[in-house]
Amino acid sequence: MIKSNKPKTLTFKIKRQDDPKSEPYWQAFDMPYRPSLNIISCLQYIAGHATTTGGKDVAPVVWECSCLEEVCGSCTMVINGRARQSCSALVDEILDETGDTIITLEPMSKFPVVRDLWVDRSRMFENLKKVKGWVPIDGTHKLGEGPQESPEQQDMRYALSRCMTCGCCLEACPQFTIDNEFIGAQAISQARYFNEHETGATLKDERLDALSEVGGVSDCGNAQNCVKVCPKDIPLTESIAATGRQLTVHHIKKFFTGK
Amino acid sequence: MANQTTTGPDTQGGVGSDRVIIVGGGLAGLAASMRVAEAGMKVDLFSMVPVKRSHSVCAQGGINACNKVARQQGYSEWQHFDETLYGGDFLNHQPPVYSMTHWAPDIIDLFDRMGVPFNRTKEGQRDLRMFGGSLFKRTHFAGATTGQQLIYALDEQVRRCEVEGSVTKHEFWEFLWPVLDDDGVCRGIVAQDMRSMEIRAFRGAAVVMATGGNGLIFGKSTNSVICTGGAAARCYKAGAWLGNAEFIQVHPTAIPGEDKCRLMSESARGEGGRVWVPRKQKDPRHPNEIPEGERWYFLEEKYPGYGNLVPRDIATRELFWKCQEGYGVHGGRMVYLDCTALPDATKDKLAGIFEIYEKFTGDNPRDVAMKIFPAVHYTMGGMYTTYTAEDDSKGMKHGALNNMMTNIPGLYAFGEVNYQYHGGTRLGANALLSCTFDGLFCGLSVANYAKEQISAGKSASDSLLQKYVDQENDKVTKLSENNGKFNPYHIHEKLGDELTDSCTVMREQKRMEQAYDVLCDLKEQYAQVKLSDTGMWTNQNLSFTRALGDMLAYGEAILLGAMQREESRGSHYRPDFPERNDERFLKTTIAKYDVLNDRPILEYEDVPQPLVEPRARTYGKVD
Ligand SMILES: Cc1cc2nc3c(=O)[nH]c(=O)nc-3n(C[C@H](O)[C@H](O)[C@H](O)COP(=O)(O)OP(=O)(O)OC[C@H]3O[C@@H](n4cnc5c(N)ncnc54)[C@H](O)[C@@H]3O)c2cc1C
Ligand code: SF4
Ligand code: SF4
Ligand code: FES
Repeated sequence: MIKSNKPKTLTFKIKRQDDPKSEPYWQAFDMPYRPSLNIISCLQYIAGHATTTGGKDVAPVVWECSCLEEVCGSCTMVINGRARQSCSALVDEILDETGDTIITLEPMSKFPVVRDLWVDRSRMFENLKKVKGWVPIDGTHKLGEGPQESPEQQDMRYALSRCMTCGCCLEACPQFTIDNEFIGAQAISQARYFNEHETGATLKDERLDALSEVGGVSDCGNAQNCVKVCPKDIPLTESIAATGRQLTVHHIKKFFTGK
Repeated sequence: MANQTTTGPDTQGGVGSDRVIIVGGGLAGLAASMRVAEAGMKVDLFSMVPVKRSHSVCAQGGINACNKVARQQGYSEWQHFDETLYGGDFLNHQPPVYSMTHWAPDIIDLFDRMGVPFNRTKEGQRDLRMFGGSLFKRTHFAGATTGQQLIYALDEQVRRCEVEGSVTKHEFWEFLWPVLDDDGVCRGIVAQDMRSMEIRAFRGAAVVMATGGNGLIFGKSTNSVICTGGAAARCYKAGAWLGNAEFIQVHPTAIPGEDKCRLMSESARGEGGRVWVPRKQKDPRHPNEIPEGERWYFLEEKYPGYGNLVPRDIATRELFWKCQEGYGVHGGRMVYLDCTALPDATKDKLAGIFEIYEKFTGDNPRDVAMKIFPAVHYTMGGMYTTYTAEDDSKGMKHGALNNMMTNIPGLYAFGEVNYQYHGGTRLGANALLSCTFDGLFCGLSVANYAKEQISAGKSASDSLLQKYVDQENDKVTKLSENNGKFNPYHIHEKLGDELTDSCTVMREQKRMEQAYDVLCDLKEQYAQVKLSDTGMWTNQNLSFTRALGDMLAYGEAILLGAMQREESRGSHYRPDFPERNDERFLKTTIAKYDVLNDRPILEYEDVPQPLVEPRARTYGKVD
């Protein structure tokens, strides 16, 4: 809840871009303050009143969103310089933190812009293909239960399984750029997730091969920015370290078996 | 899967297409994609959002199935079946429910094999929790984010199909219209790329709609923002029937919010959370300062057996009435949902939903009782579908061509958009089950039907496809050139307010009549709606405005259905007709779209009761 005096008006400075090829530009929008706003409800307001502070009618701002409860990952954008979900970014908290009624919104910079705040994150999904992010079951037929596991093991896998492919970790990572090959913390952590499952581990060697390639684990500079920004508290640096160890073993094994 | 051969040549989009179209990549659409691909067909999967971000991620509490422990305490698939009918106030068709509940244990096993991190007991067995409408522990769960875990598991399997070449995803494509040939058979779809705005037709030997619920018609709900019911409404306007459109579930426990109502899962009560209000009206004290004796646990008092775990419609009404009587927190429209007394280990199992509550309200439910109120949550009604029952009515015939096919041949409806399984109220943790079941069980029907069409050499001609593409392009031109004055977002807000007020918990005839007049006005305003974006790149304004027209049409079917159903059953409660009336209304409402008059025509169809006789639905209430 806001501690300071409530402002009458909020101003949003939004970095816009009409399509992937055009140049970005900034526009500002005012809206009346109400308590308990989140950034999405502000964007919804702006969509319904697409007039800039200068009084110019413009095309409504475009952004992605779906669940509105920080579980789908869609609505990620850079808010006051920090990549986060706009549905769970509460205006009152931002006002308390910054004491400023001007709030800036930008698209993530590590992904190509589709339009305005909407970026193309297909690279993340492609990376999941590279690391064979699935458990290779025989099929959907009635074949009984899966492997048993201890509550500790479940707990550890559950923590990894909550990754919502939002991209915050990649936006924050100094090694991940818009045009290099680094696979990033999200996909490394997902590879670990599947390697930790009894049936999933049958593809472990293939996953580790993928992670030994250019853009794999060795490209991580261990800056640890990723783990600090992950909204789901996924132990990303632990995953990177664990995968690094698995890779070492993998390489030694390969060296001796020649496979 | 990799070594399965496909039937016929792979001619994506070409004449003689051997492909199946699946619209929607939630649990239902993903399970269907996997199953249809496994049966040897190629799948084109369409979704407005990357499938991994579909609304199914929101499901929190769990998924029901009879299991070893419950079985040894006397529970059975039959009992799960019976509970689902009792919960649904006997409006459900019984054979599909029979199949679903008897397949449920194997569906859990399948998810288990796919690696879903289900919670475990100390010994490493899958743990279980209580849920509404049952006296047995029969709900499997993965923390408090079960839907997310289940959809991720299916998403992973479908990604594998994608790599293997059996599934092609079309994400950020919006379904616009089904392609019907001169005989009224569905032969494909028209869809629009939400980035380039290109409109294209796709051939499909069969088409599955798995497009989810329609909460957005009510403005704010617990649903994701894409749950407009637009896709279902388009099929309805094209001639598909709606079944029981008036049956909408209002969930008792949500956090009211500016932009949406966020759900507090039934698992909170399943794990021991208690609902109460202060015995003194407008008690100004902090909940922690109100002593035990001055708290009114009204659900436990009135329903000693089920207590806080009565079905949702009952809990919702009780809660609503308490607030109307002035017992809401500080006299307002909220009651307490209290988890503060639960042991820490139990609280940990609810961490996922506690996080949401804390994030959006600033209070930590571990220490302070949550403040909640009912919100629109689930669409029991939906696209009308048929099936073939076994001779003894115990289940559907596996693989029969018409299982969950709509009245339009070749067009299927799976998941929340399908009107089957839940009747007048859905029991908690039965939706994840019905969605997955549709995909896995009825997926075979789709593949069988498609193969038959392919061997008969039937598919859409180029000119037929072109006709439909032209039609959709014309609609877009008309909308963009509309020189009107009405703002689509304002029309939507008004529609949501009217329907929420008149047609959710309490459905009074007078109030519904008023709402109907408003709806007619809004339809007129819609004819003069003005787009604020007329560009041809990622035009979200166009997409929303188009869906608004669909929400108005669907909303009308809901409202008229509710006005004409002069009884109370499940979630549908009429103060003027408070009793269930089996003689007049043990019937499915079928809404058919009257193109000329732009309104629904309602018809009624008997619901056969071959296995279980309807009985009074009291849940052991004491007055
Ligand atoms: C907050 C919440 C909690 C819940 N918790 C539980 C629970 O604990 N247990 C339980 O059993 N159930 C629960 N439910 C219900 C359950 O989550 C849903 O019924 C279920 O996930 C619906 O799945 P679906 O596959 O039918 O549709 P969805 O997951 O809604 O997917 C719909 C798909 O259709 C696509 N789509 C829609 N329209 C179009 C179009 N025009 N063109 C192209 N694609 C389109 C979307 O992109 C999406 O991929 C909960 C629901 C909510 C809201
Ligand atoms: S540790 Fe640093 S370099 Fe490595 S992935 Fe994380 S942010 Fe990037
Ligand atoms: S690891 Fe965390 S930050 Fe990275 S994509 Fe997943 S949820 Fe987002
Ligand atoms: S809208 Fe789903 S995370 Fe914000």
